[in-house]
This record gives sequence, structure tokens and C-alpha cells, in this order.
Amino acid sequence: MPTKTYLQAISDGLRQEMRRDKRVFVFGEDVGVYGGAFKVTQGFQEEFGPWRVIDAPLSETAIVGGCTGAAIVGMRPVAEMQFADFISCAWDHLVTVAAKQHYRAGTPIPIVVRLPSGGGFSGGPFHSQNPESSFAHIPGLKCVCPATPADAKGLIISAIEDPNPVLYFEHKHLYRRIKDEVPDERYTVPIGEARIHREGDDITLVTWGAMVYTADEAAQQLEEDDVSVEIVDLRSVQPWDKEAVLKSVAKTSKALVLHEDTRTGGFGAEIAATIAEESFESLDGPVKRIAAPDTPVPFSPPLEKRYIPQVDDVVAGLKELAEY
Amino acid sequence: MATETTVVDVVMPQMGVSVSEGTITKWLKGEGETIEADESLLEISTDKVDTEVPSPASGVLAQILAQEGDTVAVGTKIAVIAPEGAEPAADAEAPPEPATAAASAEVSEASDAPAQAPSSGTVDEITPAEAPEAETTTAAEEAPATEEEAQPTEAPAAETTTEDDEEAESKFVSPVVARIAAEHGVDVSRVRGTGRGGRVKKKDILRFIEAGAAAEPAAPPAPAAAEPAAPAEAAAPEPEEARAPERAEAPPAPAAAPEAPTPEPAPAPAAPQPEPVAAPQAQAAPSPAPEPQAAPAPAAEPQAAPAAAAERETVEPMSPMRKGIAEHMRRSLDTSAHVTTTFEVDLSKVVALRQRLKREYEEQHGVKLTYLAFIARATVDSIQKWPWMNAELRGESIVVKNYVNLGIAVALEGGKGLIVPVIKDAEDKNLLGTARAIADVAERARSKKLMPDDVQGGTFTITNPGGFGAIHGTPIISQPQVAILDVEALVKRPVVVEGPDGEDAIAIRPMMNLCLAYDHRLVDGAYAAQFMRDLKATLESWDEAQY
Repeated sequence: MPTKTYLQAISDGLRQEMRRDKRVFVFGEDVGVYGGAFKVTQGFQEEFGPWRVIDAPLSETAIVGGCTGAAIVGMRPVAEMQFADFISCAWDHLVTVAAKQHYRAGTPIPIVVRLPSGGGFSGGPFHSQNPESSFAHIPGLKCVCPATPADAKGLIISAIEDPNPVLYFEHKHLYRRIKDEVPDERYTVPIGEARIHREGDDITLVTWGAMVYTADEAAQQLEEDDVSVEIVDLRSVQPWDKEAVLKSVAKTSKALVLHEDTRTGGFGAEIAATIAEESFESLDGPVKRIAAPDTPVPFSPPLEKRYIPQVDDVVAGLKELAEY
Repeated sequence: MATETTVVDVVMPQMGVSVSEGTITKWLKGEGETIEADESLLEISTDKVDTEVPSPASGVLAQILAQEGDTVAVGTKIAVIAPEGAEPAADAEAPPEPATAAASAEVSEASDAPAQAPSSGTVDEITPAEAPEAETTTAAEEAPATEEEAQPTEAPAAETTTEDDEEAESKFVSPVVARIAAEHGVDVSRVRGTGRGGRVKKKDILRFIEAGAAAEPAAPPAPAAAEPAAPAEAAAPEPEEARAPERAEAPPAPAAAPEAPTPEPAPAPAAPQPEPVAAPQAQAAPSPAPEPQAAPAPAAEPQAAPAAAAERETVEPMSPMRKGIAEHMRRSLDTSAHVTTTFEVDLSKVVALRQRLKREYEEQHGVKLTYLAFIARATVDSIQKWPWMNAELRGESIVVKNYVNLGIAVALEGGKGLIVPVIKDAEDKNLLGTARAIADVAERARSKKLMPDDVQGGTFTITNPGGFGAIHGTPIISQPQVAILDVEALVKRPVVVEGPDGEDAIAIRPMMNLCLAYDHRLVDGAYAAQFMRDLKATLESWDEAQY
């Protein structure tokens, strides 16, 4: 099986769908001639032509609005935000129109919005955020956050296939850093199904996106202390795989939720609350959260390092929970 | 510490011979509160009765070892009472435990009495706190509870938590540990904790159970504590006017039946299910919107997994009493060949008599005279003429009871279940005694002061859904009895009567249906009908002098 980077996997999946389905097209800033800010769509315009790989004006509102309209008339648009942070400009089109259209009028809105997200490279407050919880809160939107190249490909295809608006959060820090085997053939990864990244008996660690790797390193360290950590990679936060989480908690009786987004109102709160609500009698300790503090993402590299949960933070949290 | 002060353990009392465990439903005192001997300390629920448990001693409730909702084996230490002003319980030096064993002998002798005891309460109170300490030591030594107090020199168990007594008091028991402890009948205080501050972790208790420690009976079995129930009578000297079980004026008294007496208001045959207007649209759409997330999978639970709640459902565990009722009702239907026969009874005489006697009963005897008392009295009378109604099938033998222990079904408030206290030797009681006994057991059933013996040994049962207006029922027999009488509502009906000259006339009469369910394995229709005929006759021609 060929080895691909996370970025190549997204690109591959997208290309495969465009070859397979003429309704699929790409719409975003600099996605055409330039091949995208991160080169996900490099070579796409050459292959599919300017009418399927369209350079948009500098307006996220126009991009999402245009995609929504195209979806209503039967297309399968894939929008690209240069950075996930900019999606706030398209809030109204996404939240007021796209998310509710099916409920109001019965019209499916099969759009995908690709959202390069996450920090770790001094991108500062406008280029580092992980706004998934804001959108996971909106009924009618789905949010996926793949962590591995294989899931990146399988989920981009599922997202394109899905009849609902799907926000596809691709973590920039994983783009070229993470390489793994990715099947050549077309396949899908079901939206809303978690993946057990690592099996363990003592603590359940629920996370997604780039934090899966932070969690994995921490879990390896805990192994030396004879504490076995089960990592549940959610892959989707809306819908999220409650069953997988609760099943794991029933086994381990302790849970830690880790995310790169800020703490208050982060999606970890929803997961922690659900565990407390539905698995109360399985718990042998408090449900713990590790997340970024409630501030914008700082520019300064040392501050950013302090801000984004690091392996040491997770190790400390896991140890505390293990000792409880 | 004064010389007579000792630390006293409270153990889960033995509520009846066949009861092996009890569930703590409510602590009436919190840790640190002072309590008098015999003052109610907690409420427990077993499959037989719900009752209050009195404190075995005066002092301070130093420690609660089993939480509300925990189900623990009989004899398990559930709390510690320390002398007032003393150090917290766990520090006390090897206290001889008045572990309740001593009192039990007296109690078991006395235990028949309470049911009959007039509510003026002549039965001596048996105060656990008075139990001589000397007698208790043997039992105490075996009681696991003592391991904690015993000094290490003697302590046999390596498993116990002798070293951190102080923390023992504040140790938090997590939900999962509490649940595992309840499921395996483990006293968490006996488990050595390795968590923070000595907290017992899930792993600790699992290891403890694996080691087989939980299997040993938690206490010396038999003699243990029958006595916590004693204060039931202590409390019984209720006001003279012990409330009669029923409140409604007209039809009598206390209970709901063990069956479903009311004709179900069968809903009109299903109208086509109303669909939300939006639904068809949603279906028509080529693409479903994001499905609501799958119903929460209950945490994978091996035993006694609570049922999963689907949408718009709530799930709660059955109480021990509910489980007991469920099992018994099903078993009864599987055992007996139920047949129900209904008689209409004209209660004109009884109504008139009650009207006349009511005041006298209340003023002179402090007893509210209910219709149920008349019916109970007449039933006992009829039973004596038709003894198979008061029998039991035991294997291939017919066992006739030459006494009548009359069960009276009492519904607990809030639909929480029902309980059938028994009036012992009902054949010895006249109308007044019957009325008094009914009032007594009904009151005690509702205030959770029944003793195990109060609910055992019935030979015939009366249930009384008529209080709620029911006019017909098909009750389920309380095993191993063979019949149950269902008392329906007293209603005025036009009936055809014979006038003074033998002519037919329509009159308004207070009528009541009595439904008898009997076990056709033993009792045939003619026998049951004759029993009912006599019962009807007794009621319709009530002879004041006789009763």
C-alpha cells in the first residue's frame, strides 16, 4: 500500500471524487492557478479545467453562498477556506441558510467546506483556531476532524457523498508531518464513527485531530507506569460516536477529554457532560478535560507552546487520574 | 470518655427469616448528628417490607458506611454511633459491640405480640441500647466490622484498612465502586484502597472480590438483629385514634388490590398514528438530514444492565418491593387456577349500624369504624363455616388452617407498591378488635413501621380497591393461600325489593360488589358460592349482638 502524507490523502480523495462525479467542483481563494494556499488542489485546474476548479473572490460569504446555491441546483461543491478561522465571515450563509435549508424546504445541501485548522506554527490568532465546537452546536451541520491520512481520504469522500453540509476540519500541523499508508482505491470512512487508536484498560482518552498524536505519545509514557490508556479518536464531532466513548468508559471507568480548541464551551464539555450523565455509575474518578485556555491563540512560540496542550500536560493529567 | 461509652455499630437488620439483604433507602441522620437510642436512624427496603431502623444507641452518628441506594447483606455494618463528645468512631479502642444479637431472643418471642397489641402499646420496648455488653462479644468478634476497631495485634485480616483510620471516614466511594460493592455485597470499608488518600479504586474492589473476600457472610447469620424493628411497637402507642386506613366516607378502606381492578379504559382501537406534519416531507427528501445521534448505548454492563431508554422514555430500576410483587404475582398466576365470582350485597343494615356506632367507636375507643371492618369480620365468620377457603395445597395434601390470619392489602402512597400486613388470629376479634387491628396495620404499613412478622403467615386476604371507586376486579391470590376477597365500591343503586305485601318495588339501596378469586385446584364453584352466600347473608342481616 502506498504511503502518503495527510495532505496528499486529502488531495487524492478529492481528485478521485472529481474524476468519478462530474457534479463535484472546487470553489475557493487561490484554489485554481495557484493550487491552493497549502497546495491541496495543485494540478486540479489543469486536469479538470477552470469551470470545475474555480478561483473565488476574497469573500468567504460568496464562496459558501455560491456553493449553497449550486448545491440547491444539484451540484456537489467543495469549498475551501484558506484558514478555518475565516469561516466566521460565512457564518450566516452556513448557519442560517445551508444548515436549515433541508428542514425549511426539504432541499438537501450537499456541500463540503474544507477548513485548514489548528496551530503549532506561530500562525497567531487568525490562522490557528479550531472552531469545530461552534459549528457542532448548529443542528444541520456535520463536522469531521480526521487525524490520519487514511481517515483524511475516507472522510473527504464521505463528506462529498453526504447530502448535508459537512465541515471538514483538516489540521494544518498534520499536512506534511504525518505519513501513513493510504489505499489507492476509493473508500469511505463513515461519518460519526470513532476509531480506537490505541487499546487500554485504565483510562479512556477521547480526542480528535492533531491531539491524537499528542495523546499517543502521552499514553506511551504512561505505559512505563503500568497505566494503560485507551485512545478514542472521534474522527467526527458532529455526529460523535457516543456509543464508542461510553463503551470504553464502561471498561476503564475513568475518562479524559483532550482538545486543541479552547476549554469553555469546547466540544470536550459536551463529551464530559454526556459521560457524567449516561455513565455515572461506571465512573471511578472525575471526568477530566485538557484544552487550550480561554484566550486567542498567541503568536509567540513559547506562549503558543504553553497554550496548545502538550504531551507533558497530557501525561500529568493522565497520571493524576490514574492516581485518583 | 465516660466509662459506659462505647462505639456502637449499626448493622443491616435481619428483617424476616428469608431476607438476606436490604437496601438503604434513606439516612434520616447525617454524619456528625446526634441521635437518641431508638430514634429512627435510617429507612431500609427489603423484598418483604420497607421499614425504619432505630438507632441502637445514643450518641453521634460518626460514620455512614453504606450509602442510600446500596444493597447490603444482613449483618453488614452500615454505620457507627460514637458516644457524644468522643473521638470519631474509628479511633475507639476495641469496643465491645452491643451488636444487637443480645436483644434478638427477646424480640423473637415478643414478635408475635405486636400485631395484636392494642395500639395503646403494652408491649415493652426493647431497647437495643440496653443489651448487655457482655453477651455480645462473641457475635461481635466475628462481625467483620470489628476488624477495623480491633487493634492490629489481633486483627486477622490483612485486607483491612487499619492504618488509615482517619482517612477512612472521609473516603469517597466513587459511583462505580459503590455499584460493584452493592452488586457483590461488599462492605467497602473492608477493602484496602490504593487511590488518593486511601480511596478504594475500582481495581481495588475488583481485586478484593476476586480474592473471594466478599463471599464470606458478612455477619453471624441467625441471631443478628431482629430487633431494630422493635421500636415499631414502641412507636405504635400511637394516638388512641389511630387513623383508620381509609379516608373516604363511603366505601371502605385501605388498599389497592394486588391485581388491576379497574377495567382498563381500553383506548379506542388505534387511530391511524398521527404523523407530525413535517414527517412526510422529511421522508420525501432525497437525503435525510443528519440523523439524530443514536440512542445512548448504556455503558456495556454485564449484569443487571439497566434497560436502555429510547426516545421519550425514562428508565428506573425496580425497587426491591416492586421486584417482590412482580415475582409473586407472576408465580401466583402460574400456580393457582384462578376463578373469580362476584356477589352483590345490600349493605343497608351495615350502613345504618355504622352510622349509629361510628361516634361511639371514635369517642370511646379511638377507632374509626370502617365498612372494611364489617366485611373483614363477616369474612372471618364465613371462613369458619367453609374451612377450605382458609387452606393451602401443600404437595398433594390439603392443609386447613384452624386459625384465620387475615391479610389486608394496603396501597402505599404514590403508587410505590403495596404491602399486605396480616391480622393474626382474626377469629378472636369482635368488630371493635377487627376495626382496631385494621387501622393499626394500615397506619404502620404507611409509616413503614411494620415488622417482618406483620407481613407473614396470612391465610386469607382482603383487598379493597373499592375505595377508589372500582366495582369489579379479578384479584390475584397471595400464595400459598387459596382465595382473596376483593371489596368494591359502595354505591347507591336502584334494586328490586319486596314490599310489605309481597309486591315488587324499586328501592334505592347501598350496594356493594364482593369479588372472590379462588383457586379452583382446591375450591370448586359451588363451595366458593356457598362461602359467598353466607358472607352476603351475614352482611345483609347483621346481628349486632353476635359481633
